[in-house]
Amino acid sequence: MGRISNDPPQFYINVTDLIMNSTTAAVSFNQVSRHFGAVKAVDAVSFDIKDGEFFAMLGPSGSGKTTCLRLIAGFEQPTEGHVLVHGADMNGVPPYDRDVNTVFQDYALFPHMSVLDNVAYGLMIRKVPAAERRRQAEEMLDMVALGGFGGRKPSQLSGGQRQRVALARALVNHPKVLLLDEPLGALDLKLREQMQVELKAIQRRVGITFVYVTHDQGEALSMSDRVAVFNQGKIEQLASPTELYENPATSFVAGFVGISNLLEGAAAKAVTGTEGACSIRPEKIHLDSAGSSVPANAMGVAGRVSAILYLGANTRYDVALPGGGELTVAVQNRDAHIEPKEGEDVQLWWEARHLMRFAR
Amino acid sequence: MPSKTTTAPDRSKGNAGWGLKAAAWFGVLYLNLPILFIVLYGFTTDEASYSFPPPGLTTEWFAVTWSRQDFWDALALSVQVAFAAMAIAMVLGTLAAAAMYRFKFFGKEAVTLLILLPIALPGIVTGISLRSAFAIGDIPFSYITIVLGHATFCIVVVYNNAIARLRRSSPALIEASMDLGADTFQTFRHVILPNLATALLAGGMLAFALSFDEIIVTTFTAGQQETLPIWMFRQLARPHQRPVTNVAAIIVMIITFAPILAAYYLTRDTDDVAGSGK
Repeated sequence: MGRISNDPPQFYINVTDLIMNSTTAAVSFNQVSRHFGAVKAVDAVSFDIKDGEFFAMLGPSGSGKTTCLRLIAGFEQPTEGHVLVHGADMNGVPPYDRDVNTVFQDYALFPHMSVLDNVAYGLMIRKVPAAERRRQAEEMLDMVALGGFGGRKPSQLSGGQRQRVALARALVNHPKVLLLDEPLGALDLKLREQMQVELKAIQRRVGITFVYVTHDQGEALSMSDRVAVFNQGKIEQLASPTELYENPATSFVAGFVGISNLLEGAAAKAVTGTEGACSIRPEKIHLDSAGSSVPANAMGVAGRVSAILYLGANTRYDVALPGGGELTVAVQNRDAHIEPKEGEDVQLWWEARHLMRFAR
Repeated sequence: MPSKTTTAPDRSKGNAGWGLKAAAWFGVLYLNLPILFIVLYGFTTDEASYSFPPPGLTTEWFAVTWSRQDFWDALALSVQVAFAAMAIAMVLGTLAAAAMYRFKFFGKEAVTLLILLPIALPGIVTGISLRSAFAIGDIPFSYITIVLGHATFCIVVVYNNAIARLRRSSPALIEASMDLGADTFQTFRHVILPNLATALLAGGMLAFALSFDEIIVTTFTAGQQETLPIWMFRQLARPHQRPVTNVAAIIVMIITFAPILAAYYLTRDTDDVAGSGK
């Protein structure tokens, strides 16, 4: 992606300005429900996606995130409510009359067409002259680093290459919104991480709104400007990745995004004094030898190491608490730190601001 | 394709044992030797009986067959019927496959069975039931009734080929096409049809071959018309010019073998030609 680094820094500022100043949302959900019989796949959801942002819809399978994507694409119609794209009501508008394009989970490349014809398909349908659509398709293939692959059939490409073709086929139409349905799901870990970086770079470069559906919280956090966490047809929280991780609104978000120590009932009371559910990230907890003092303004609890898991970059200690429950502590293997054995007593403490309390 | 077991052994996978080879060759001979005799007797000089060895060889029967107007009439009728049955089968079979692939409804399995039934039923049952149906409907036996009879089982082979291909294609292809701006008709033309084309062509060719050599159903649905198989059947009962039947048989073999071979090559890289076993 050499060209990206050559762009002047102003380019990025312009994109940011665009996000900040835009008045019409790229996509707007207005009390949208989609029911399949008795199943409320999407249940009275309202949110806005800003123009030019990288927006992730994160959630477990069956949480409604893919249905929301299909509502934007037009493959589903809302049972109630309205979906707006750039201010225009999309109810009743078929997929082919919408200015949005999709990168499908299994890529859905046309097997009987060459890679170039696949990419040029949208242009052909819009009756762009053959020479012009060939030029644009080749340009787009260059952008996804597949220049020279135009003559091949999709079956002759690897998974990662097919993924790029699918991306090029959608982007060549310059949609107002690009929808991505778990596009990296079928790739292996290394390729997935590489594609995350590239997708983010491509999105910044073209400035098109990306709506990205995933069940992988790592993907959502690493690429997105904002993330909507879906659960049972509703949005649990819509926030920036940092906000989502540091200040989860509900215990579900705390548990789904990153690793979290969730304490409830008696276990919570033993630590915080109240029974309300609370949570703390493993890396926020300090591990000290038993009997050491807890700094002022911090909260502490004593416990006993029940399991040790050495993970290379860090070590994970499971610490059983006397009041029931367990806290997982992640210790960076950077500086010298105490190395308790299994069954040893330890003192845990953390800054009070890191303890997250939930109403539910 | 029974001949598949007898193609030259793949050296990379080692040689088959001699017992297996012998059994394979026996199978090939058992299936194909009688056909060779039919070809052989097309050249015999013996007019009234099929004695072995033939007393002499001649090509005169080809000339005789060529000059027989009844042969040409029968051949023309068979070709017409086969094309008509194929056309009906391709339209209805494709539509049936599309509907069965696309929609879920109550009794779908039963309807699938009903579509497949004509090829499973013995021809004589199909023939008799059609005959009584035409009689009840007061429909005179004609070219049309023959075509209708053949279409019942021809639809099945087209349907089977089309639905096998549809099941193998990703439903996301249709969504992808619409997502890229193609309406229903454009999607059918640019995505569905090209994906189905070879399967439909293969199904149509098999349907043609099935119709062309059909005799049982035809016996019950034809009036005075003689399709080529019926003409041959009646020809056998006559005491003279017997080898003319063999010449006709050779022509039938050539006409039906070509489309079956073509259908096989059209679909061998993609999926099995459903119904090619009949």
